[in-house]
Amino acid sequence: MSSHLDELYQEVILDHSRNPRNYHKLEGATRVIEGNNPLCGDQVTVYIKMDGDRIADVTFQGSGCAISKAAASLMTANLKGKTRAEARHLFEEYLRMVTTGKVDPDMSQKLIAFAGVHQFPARVKCAVLPWRAVVNALGDDPPAAPVSTE
Amino acid sequence: MTANMCNASAASQDLDLESVRGDFPALDQQVHGHPLIYLDNAATSQKPRAVLEAMQRYYERDNSNVHRGIHELSNRATTGYEGARERAARFINAGRAEDIVFTRGTTEGINLAAQAWGRRRLGAGDVILLTEMEHHSNLVPWQLVARQTGARLEFVPVTGDEGLLDLDRLDACLSSRVRLFAFTHVSNTLGTVNPAAELCREARRRGIPTLVDAAQSAGHMPVDVQSLGCDFLAFSGHKICGPTGIGVLFGRPERWAEMDPYQGGGEMILSVGYEASTWKEPPHMFEAGTPNIAGAIGLHAAMDYLDRLGRGRIFEHDQALGEYARERLSTLPGIRILGPPRGRAGLVSFHLRDVHAHDVVTMADHYGLALRGGHHCNQPLMRKLGLDSTVRASFYFYNRLSEVDRLVEVLGIIQQYFNRGAA
Ligand SMILES: Cc1ncc(COP(=O)(O)O)c(C=O)c1O
Repeated sequence: MSSHLDELYQEVILDHSRNPRNYHKLEGATRVIEGNNPLCGDQVTVYIKMDGDRIADVTFQGSGCAISKAAASLMTANLKGKTRAEARHLFEEYLRMVTTGKVDPDMSQKLIAFAGVHQFPARVKCAVLPWRAVVNALGDDPPAAPVSTE
Repeated sequence: MTANMCNASAASQDLDLESVRGDFPALDQQVHGHPLIYLDNAATSQKPRAVLEAMQRYYERDNSNVHRGIHELSNRATTGYEGARERAARFINAGRAEDIVFTRGTTEGINLAAQAWGRRRLGAGDVILLTEMEHHSNLVPWQLVARQTGARLEFVPVTGDEGLLDLDRLDACLSSRVRLFAFTHVSNTLGTVNPAAELCREARRRGIPTLVDAAQSAGHMPVDVQSLGCDFLAFSGHKICGPTGIGVLFGRPERWAEMDPYQGGGEMILSVGYEASTWKEPPHMFEAGTPNIAGAIGLHAAMDYLDRLGRGRIFEHDQALGEYARERLSTLPGIRILGPPRGRAGLVSFHLRDVHAHDVVTMADHYGLALRGGHHCNQPLMRKLGLDSTVRASFYFYNRLSEVDRLVEVLGIIQQYFNRGAA
C-alpha cells in the first residue's frame, strides 16, 4: 500500500466516514444549508443552531466519499461552541492545511488527519465542501443559494 | 497474440493486440510506479501515432485557412478539410458529404440540432421524446429548447438495474404530439446497446424524426445511418481515437431544409449587407467561422485507423472484455453491477457496498488504473436507481483481458483496505 494513500485515508478518517458523528437532522436549527459537488454528486446538508454569536450545535446529513463524510463529521465536532469569528479562523487554517499541507500549531489533533489531502488535488473539494457550507451559513443574512464546489 | 487473448472469444483473435498497443504512445507509461491500465475510454480514447502525425504534418506543411485563399496552402487546407468530410460520410455510410456538418463534438451537434431545427419546428404542446438513460448532452439542450418553444419533454423508461429501455411502453410514448425522438445508441453508464434501427423504424412509421447520440457507438461498432434510418446522428472525434474539439453531426437533406443557421459569421454567408444577409447551403451554412481544420484532418486519420482494424472486430473485442469484466466483477462481495448481463458494450458500471466510488478511483489510480467515478453525466438516471455514484471501467480495442484481471485484483485490495478495523 502506498504511504501516500495511508496519509489520505488515516484511521481517524475511516472511522468518521464509517460512523459519522452528529449525523442527524437538528431540531430547532436556525440555519440549514446545502452543499453540492456537481462533479461527483456529493451532497451534504448542514444544520446549525446559533446562540447569539456562538454555534450552539451543528449537525449534518448527506452522501459522499469517505473524505467528505469524515470532513463533515470532524467539522461538526470541532465547531460546536465556537463564535463566528473563531469558526471562520479555523476554516481558514483548515483550508490552508488541505491545500498546502502546512499545519497551524493550534490545529486540533483530529483535523490534522486531513493534511494528507493536499497531495490529492482532485480530493481537496471533498474535504472542503461541508466547511464552505457552514461558512456560507454564518453570514448575517440567510444564504441565498446552496454552495457548490464549482 | 498474447496468451490472454487466446482465452477470448474466437472472433477477437485476429486483432493483433500487441502491435495495436504499439501504435499508442500514451499507453506505454508508468503511473505511480505501475504500468498504466487505461480504462476510461468512454470519457476519451487514447490517440494512435497516425493521428498525431497527420495533424503535425498539416501544421508543418499545409497550415492555412479554408475556402478563402486562392494560394496553394489554402487549397491544400481546403482539400484536407473537405476530404475529411467525405471520409466521415463514408464512415457512417451517409449518402452525401454535404450531409456532414463538423462540430466541436457530440454536445455541440445536439445543441445545433436543438437550436437550428428544434427552435424553428417546435411549439407549445409539442413533445420531445427522450429516454431515461440520456447523457446530460442529450437532455439539457432539449430542456433549453423546450423552455424557448413551450414544448415538453417525455421519457421512455429504463427498466431498472439491467438497464434496458422498456419497449412495451414505446408505442404509448410515440404519441401523436411527439415531434422528435432523440436517444443514445449506447449508454455511457449502463453499457446498454439500444436497438437503434428498431427505434428509428417505429418513429419513422409515425412520421417522427429521430436523433441518435452515437458518442459511445461510432468508434466501437459499425454505424450506418442508412440502415439505422435516423434523421440526425452525432458523435465526437476524441472518443474514437481522434483529437478533441472536432465532431460530426449527420442530417438528412429533408431536415437540413427545415433549419435556420446555428451561428452567424464568416464562412457561412453568401452575401452580407448591413441589415441582412444570405447564407450558403448546408453543410457550410452551419459552420460559421474558421473551423477546426487540423481536428478534421486528425479525425480523418482516426477513421482510417479504425476501419483498417475493422469496427466489427473492435466491437467483438470490446464486448468480450465487457462480458468478461461483468463475470469477474460479480465475484466481489457487495458489488452491484448495472446494465444488461448480455449483449452489452465494452463498459461496466458498478457500486461497491462500503466504499464510495471516489475513494475507489483515487486508490485505483495509485495502482496505475484509470477509472471513472461519479454520476457519469447521468444524474437523473442515477437518482432513479437510488445511487449517488458508480465506478466505471470502459474498454477499447487496445485493452487486454489481463487488465480486467488486474482491475478485479485491485478492487479486492481496495475493499480490504477500507474494511480494515471495521466491525
Ligand atoms: C452518450 C454520450 N453522449 C454525449 C457525450 C458528450 O460528448 P462530448 O463531451 O464529446 O460532446 C458523451 C460523452 O461523455 C456520451 O457518453
